[in-house]
Amino acid sequence: MSRTRLVFSGSGGQGVVTAAILLAEAAVLRENLFAVQTQSYGAAARGGATRADVIISADNINYPKVNQPNILVCLTQEAYSKYAPIIRPGGLLLTDLRYVKIERKVEARQRELPMYDSVMEKIGKPVVFNICMLGALIGLTQLVRVESILSVLETRLPAEVVAINRQALELGLTLSQTARPRVA
Amino acid sequence: MPSNEHVRFIQGNEACVEGALYAGVEFFAGYPITPSSEIMEHLARRLPRRGGKFIQMEDEIASMCAIIGASLTGRKVLTATSGPGFSLMQEALGYAVMAEIPCVIVNVQRGGPSTGLPTQISQGDVNQARWGTHGDHAIIALTASNHQDVFAMTVEAFNMAETYRTPVVLLFDEVVGHMRERMVLPEPGQIPLVERLRTSVPEGVDYHPYLPREDGRLPMSDFGGVHRYNVTGLYHDMWGFPSDNPKVVHGLIRHLVDKIENNVDSIARYKAYYLEDARTVMVSYGATARSALHVVESQRRKGQKFGLLELQTLWPFPYDIVGEACGRAKQVLVVEMNMGHICAEVKRALTNAGNVFLINRLDGVFISPTDIRQALRLIAGRGV
Repeated sequence: MSRTRLVFSGSGGQGVVTAAILLAEAAVLRENLFAVQTQSYGAAARGGATRADVIISADNINYPKVNQPNILVCLTQEAYSKYAPIIRPGGLLLTDLRYVKIERKVEARQRELPMYDSVMEKIGKPVVFNICMLGALIGLTQLVRVESILSVLETRLPAEVVAINRQALELGLTLSQTARPRVA
Repeated sequence: MPSNEHVRFIQGNEACVEGALYAGVEFFAGYPITPSSEIMEHLARRLPRRGGKFIQMEDEIASMCAIIGASLTGRKVLTATSGPGFSLMQEALGYAVMAEIPCVIVNVQRGGPSTGLPTQISQGDVNQARWGTHGDHAIIALTASNHQDVFAMTVEAFNMAETYRTPVVLLFDEVVGHMRERMVLPEPGQIPLVERLRTSVPEGVDYHPYLPREDGRLPMSDFGGVHRYNVTGLYHDMWGFPSDNPKVVHGLIRHLVDKIENNVDSIARYKAYYLEDARTVMVSYGATARSALHVVESQRRKGQKFGLLELQTLWPFPYDIVGEACGRAKQVLVVEMNMGHICAEVKRALTNAGNVFLINRLDGVFISPTDIRQALRLIAGRGV
């Protein structure tokens, strides 16, 4: 494995920062990889486009920010408009079908998944939207093992909410397997 | 490979907390301020569990005064703040210098002056750490670029505070403070700890709080314990009582400065990357050293003889070490996020200061390898 650079973007409260931390933590604590996570603070963290950067690598990481992500996740239209132009050619763009309308082609694999709607339909709690996204991302990329994410969730969360988080993660995985490349 | 139970994935501010706990911190007083607040939040939870004391004070002036008092009673003490709070601490910091009270002050730097840029990176407090309090004095200031080193430098800060009976400033920055990365928790005993040197003078026998031993060190007596003595910010004699006797005054100021400046080599901490044959040497510290190292390694892959001197001790400035590392270089590039605090010292360390260039950013945006490469092209006369 070489080096994967990710940007998770959305609006404050959607849990993109939490998702970034969970992914990076799973890579470091469960798979013995190196990872660095940074995020935008200040005004962007309170509404507006929120952004969290993660780099995962088999070796040590110096510069900790992401200029051109291999993997870009956008959970709002605003985040999509702001960050779609920075994706690395050949990368992966994952968006939520309800919140983001794809406006132009970028030189990347594009996957639009009904993550939010599926979470509301199957689980009914928007709070696990970010975990569903993480499940879809793992399904599409195999960046870390699903068990690694689950194990981190079990360590961090109170026992009573582990079940719906597991459900959301599995829902995301299922969505990723039904995904077809967008026909331009 | 370290066992899993010792691997952490944490913020730099938490790495600082882990280091402080490892060093044996027993008392924390502070006032929350971005980007240092996580240090306080974590200690609020963890310190009382270990029998330590945590107090949120009314402001940073009081915080500094509280840790000075707690240290005098024999405790290892810490406070944490950012630029605006560090400004408020300067008066009491000078008191700790004068009264020779061991303490550790963390400043997680953000953009200044004044309340400046609360959530963004700067390294603009380097000279404030050196000269923020008034009067001639010496100070120790340490920094780090990654969480393993944040931990180690925090332990070193406590050790140096005890060894030299002085305040030690940990000058971190927003990027290192907030970033999350891997850190391996050292085993107890893996990093040696320096404990308080206490007097062997028994109760009922005169104790001279400011009479140095032959090796220059001053054993302490826990304030409020068996000895009565005076502590003052005025020039003072061996009893701790105020004195304006020129001989006493001169002796004390020389002692305060010499105990640190004469030990520059023992206090100096730094990392050398590819310096043996380097023609271009970068000097950097804190988060910016990560961007500098990124560029150095990519230049090396292209066969270019770049090297990096990463400073971890900023004060007392290690002029000889910098002179040695940079003396043979064709050019020296100082990468920092201020208007040239360390660049000026590097120039003082070198006979040919014309070869020293500052590569910086002042807008709160973390300097990137691209920024550095662009500066390299400008310095080489090739334009952007």
